[in-house]
Amino acid sequence: MTGLWTLFYKELLRFWKVGLQTILSPLVTTLLYLLIFSHVLESHVQVYPGVGYTAFLVPGLVMMSMLQNAFANSSSSLIQSKMSGNVVFLLLPPLAYWEFFAAYVAAAIVRGLVVGVGVGLAGLWFTPVTLAHPLWMMAFALAGCAMLGAMGIITALWASGYDQMAAVQNFIIMPLTFLSGVFYSIHSLPPFWQALSHYNPFFYLIDGFRYGFFGVSDVSPELGLLIVGTCFLALSLATLALLKSGYKLRN
Amino acid sequence: MTPAIEIREVHKRFGSLHALRGVDLTVEQGEFFALLGPNGAGKTTLINILAGLSRATQGCSRVMGYDVVADYRDARRALGVVPQELVYDAFFTVREMLRFQSGYFGQRKNDVWIDELLHNLGLTDKADIYTRLLSGGMKRRVLVAQALVHKPPVIVLDEPTAGVDVELRQNLWEFIRRLNRDGHTIVLTTHYLEEAETLCSRIAMLKEGQVIALDTTHNLLSAHAAVQVRLKLNPNRLPDVLRPLLAAEKAGCFNLVLNDYSGLEVVLATLREASVVVDVLEVSKPDLEEVFLRIMGQAGKEAAR
Ligand SMILES: Nc1ncnc2c1ncn2[C@@H]1O[C@H](COP(=O)(O)OP(=O)(O)OP(=O)(O)O)[C@@H](O)[C@H]1O
Ligand SMILES: [Mg+2]
Repeated sequence: MTGLWTLFYKELLRFWKVGLQTILSPLVTTLLYLLIFSHVLESHVQVYPGVGYTAFLVPGLVMMSMLQNAFANSSSSLIQSKMSGNVVFLLLPPLAYWEFFAAYVAAAIVRGLVVGVGVGLAGLWFTPVTLAHPLWMMAFALAGCAMLGAMGIITALWASGYDQMAAVQNFIIMPLTFLSGVFYSIHSLPPFWQALSHYNPFFYLIDGFRYGFFGVSDVSPELGLLIVGTCFLALSLATLALLKSGYKLRN
Repeated sequence: MTPAIEIREVHKRFGSLHALRGVDLTVEQGEFFALLGPNGAGKTTLINILAGLSRATQGCSRVMGYDVVADYRDARRALGVVPQELVYDAFFTVREMLRFQSGYFGQRKNDVWIDELLHNLGLTDKADIYTRLLSGGMKRRVLVAQALVHKPPVIVLDEPTAGVDVELRQNLWEFIRRLNRDGHTIVLTTHYLEEAETLCSRIAMLKEGQVIALDTTHNLLSAHAAVQVRLKLNPNRLPDVLRPLLAAEKAGCFNLVLNDYSGLEVVLATLREASVVVDVLEVSKPDLEEVFLRIMGQAGKEAAR
């Protein structure tokens, strides 16, 4: 287990050393969203009865920043190692493929949570936020970060360069997060888009996460967690299979 | 005793390129072994297969008896590899890198050995510097330190002295020799053949993915022990009988290649008969570099036939 811990610690140290870029900058970006959207929409939109738009928005933004940062952590770390060739430092030692997986996912979770907590605390400054079911909230936060951490590994394994990495980030991760109900409830969408949203796993993450705050959601949290958990399991198995086969790492 | 390295019928294909064509090689424990060959011969490919960085298309390899695929954890613990490419992690300092590498091999609290490595590789004052800020030669030293951090019984160095200055090169070899005396098996590749000649007791030569020579350094040198003679003659004309021995004509000198020293007598007798005066006479044994070129040349001719 020493190998796993060392790799986990190395991954933490990596993003911590460039905290300006990995923690502070996503924090600032998210706060800008909060500032602008809440200013423009606060008096026009009420999604849930009794919940102001800003209060509705905060959990969405927290989840969005957690997802993006968890993904960014594992994907950018691994692609950098691959491109610079220093991934050999991880391939030469007797690290098991599941240790590799666990360390990267765990570090992605930590990065996601650190940014998420930052955004959440800053959100409190804009509006009071209630916490109806903290355990549900935690469960969805963890599931989301873990899921995106695994997706980050898969993407970095597959990508042969930074442009392919950026393509996945911009054409898959970003749309899925933006269209998952961060800024709106899917009930405000036309029926077609509403139905389509149910195929977006990120929708369940954000919906369940919000349930933790307000005790209201579009889908029951049990079902949401089941769907999200299944997605995570499938992604994990896929990642483990790729790592075990040495896909694009041990040619 | 279990061989340190066993390579059996290993093939490697990269698409249509057949990079390794059935390599068989055994390195015993405690050996100081050289793997030589021109650029693209497949040395690094072979090392990568041994280290698990790449998978053989066919055949199997073992390190200290452990199969590199089936028992990869034990095989990797037994092996330390200095990669040919100068890679480093820009985020960390030398000491951090060594600590991580130690940890990946399951060793915490390895600072005593890390300090010793830093000292022996002349890196003590660079320990807390970011690896990206080091010069090329320094980066290579860090790679050597990283390969040794878990004290592997088998150490493979892929061109460890490329770009390293003379002083460190000597220190490095002194250090590696000491490790060899302490029982570590050493395998190295290098294009500085005099290094291989002085250090290694056994040599394999690889060409186009095949082992074309495998013997002790001594045997290789003596099997190809043609004697070279450089002559400056007066008058400057080589008798026709000696023409077949001529290898080159340079700067008014004739370079002859003889099978052994007894041939020298014949040459001198012939010259005396032809009343040619010898102004300069130099005799030299070939070094590994010449043996290498001869073997590579022969293999080329055979392949062409
Ligand atoms: N990943 C790869 N994909 C395709 N071809 C490769 C790959 N790695 C190596 N090769 C090819 O395999 C052959 C052997 O390469 P290798 O790096 O093993 O040579 P080498 O003996 O180490 O040469 P050098 O002395 O230049 O380091 C070369 O023709 C090389 O182009
Ligand atoms: Mg090479």
